[in-house]
Order: sequence, then structure tokens, then C-alpha cells
Amino acid sequence: MAETTLTHTSQLDRPPGWRGIAADWASDQRAFKNVSWGKAMMWIFLLSDTFIFGCFLLSYMTARISTRVPWPNPSEVFALRIGGSEIPLILIAIMTFVLISSSGTMAMAVNFGYRRDRRKTAILMLLTAALGATFVGMQAFEWTKLITEGVRPWGNPWGAAQFGSCFFMITGFHGTHVTIGVIFLIIVARKVWRGDFDVGRPGFFTSRRGRYENVEIMGLYWHFVDLVWVFIFAFFYLW
Amino acid sequence: MAEATANGLGQHALHPHDAASVAKAETHQEHPIKLYLVVWAWLFILSTCSYLVDYFGLHGYLRWSLILIFMMLKAGLIVAVFMHMAWERLAMMYAIILPPILVLVFVTMMVLEADYTLLTRIAFFGPGP
Repeated sequence: MAETTLTHTSQLDRPPGWRGIAADWASDQRAFKNVSWGKAMMWIFLLSDTFIFGCFLLSYMTARISTRVPWPNPSEVFALRIGGSEIPLILIAIMTFVLISSSGTMAMAVNFGYRRDRRKTAILMLLTAALGATFVGMQAFEWTKLITEGVRPWGNPWGAAQFGSCFFMITGFHGTHVTIGVIFLIIVARKVWRGDFDVGRPGFFTSRRGRYENVEIMGLYWHFVDLVWVFIFAFFYLW
Repeated sequence: MAEATANGLGQHALHPHDAASVAKAETHQEHPIKLYLVVWAWLFILSTCSYLVDYFGLHGYLRWSLILIFMMLKAGLIVAVFMHMAWERLAMMYAIILPPILVLVFVTMMVLEADYTLLTRIAFFGPGP
């Protein structure tokens, strides 16, 4: 780890630490010295997305604290009957592992992208997309199961009516993010496979030339989707 | 980097090697694969731990603190290693990580507000069905 840190920052002749913050943020220059505009913009988008999910989780918290009716027990609501016994929360646990695995394959894809290994990068990205699609599929199964059991945004058989609206809103938005991620993973994987980033082929929409850094920017989004799930898993399913 | 060099003559005069060093340093984030595998394994372990919290039916402050600890560890690993935040400059880290932490102020406000709503509901509608 030490050697990677050195190669990355030592080329940049700027003060470290707090003095570095002051120097980087001082006027009339770009603030993010060793970060390209594409990566910086993705980070800022993710920051705004953090606030969106933050507001969802906050409103869920407010609804759950302020209701007089007991909250349905997620451990029982999301239990599955496997081999004759009820296993609590098992589907959600599997979904968590699937999403973490996809994050791992994405990190590998970024790594192989910078090594300019087109084949491995594209395969790992497609694997990531497949795991993401699996996740969405399991979520669809979960939604179907809950809807047939009578969960609606305005009520459910077990307790506080707000359970349904919080559940559909939060997991629905997260599932949308995963779906969009899968689509973009496939698009970027195709570009890698075709060698667009090696020959500097202009993109179809902006006609700007892509670089292998695009894989890392895609990775940032994908890891963020995983990150949001970490918080949803903790606050909605486990709490 | 075109945008860095086009940033103005003033900056150039102040930091003559700035644009060149930016262009060189920007390109790579390459780390040994072993690092990713180790983090991946840890994410699995931590997820299993947080699932076991529910499986064994722990409750009360023990449950909540364990959930929060495992959550923060997982989030930290993902952001630091998978998203490469650990290797960014402090200017970037603070710009991205500080604002979400400030959401905690909002959380405090909403906890107080929700407690008040609950009290009013109990006062007017009784302690619940």
C-alpha cells in the first residue's frame, strides 16, 4: 500500500495535510488537483445522491419514531421458509452478499482497466452487471411476495401503515439506481471490449474521447449503490 | 490537461510546474489486487456479522450499537479502498465526506420533532391501539 501511495501523490508538488487544503482551495485555480473533471463531477453527483437517500432514511426514521402503532418486525416480515423452517431475513442477507460480490468484481474491473487488459475488464464488468441484475431480480421477488401478502403504501397486516410506503420508496429508489447502473455497466463494458479507450474513439453522445478512467468513474457509481445498500440494510432491515 | 493549462496566466506565473504535475499525477489509481481481495473478504465477514445480529435476536442497545459499528466499518472500507478515497488529497476528502456528516444535525432535529409528534399523538389519541 505504501508504494502505491507514493507513486500516486509524490508526483504532485504540493503541501500535504491542512496546509494542502488551504493551498488547494485558494482562489483562481482548480480545487481538485489530481482528480479529473469527470471523476470530480461523479463524486459531486454521488454527494447529492447521498442527500436524497439521506432524506428518505430520515423520513423513515421520523415516521417510525412518531407512530403510536408498533412497527412490523422486519426479521419476521422478510423471513423465508426454506426446508420446512423459517429463516429470518435470509433473502435480504443473500441480496447483500450478491451486491458486495458485484462491488468486488467491479473493483477488479477498474484494476484491470488501468492495466489495459481489455478482455478481463469487460468480462468482470459484465459479471458485475449480471450480479446487479440478480439483485434486482431478487428485489422483484421480494416485492411480489410482500404485495401478495397485502403490503400496500397505505397499510399492511402487521402494524404501522407507514411501513409499506417507506419500504416501497426506499427499496424502489435503490432498485432504480441498481437498474441504471446495470445498463451503464453494459454500455461501458461494450466500449472496453471494442477497444474504444485504446484508440480514442469519440463517444456517441458527447463525441469526447473516453479513457480507461471511465471504468473507474463507472465503478464509483456502482460502489455507491452498494454503499447505500449498507445503510438501508442496517437501518431498514436490521434496526 | 487542456482545462488546467487554460486556467489563466496568473496561476501559471505563481506555480510554474502546476499544470504539468497535475497532468502527470491525474492518470493512475493502481493498487495490488490482493488489497481488493482482502477488503472483499472483510466485507463478507462484516455482512455475516451484521446478519448474525438479527439471527441470534440480540436486542436493545447491544443490537443497535453492533449494527452501527458493522455498518460504519463496511461503509468505510467501501469508500476508502473500493472508491479510492484513501489515496485522494485532503481537499477532495473533506469536500465529499464532510457534508454527509453534517446531515447528523438534521437527524437530531428530526428525532426531537418526531418525539414531540409522538407525545402529541399519545396526548390526543391515547397510547395506541
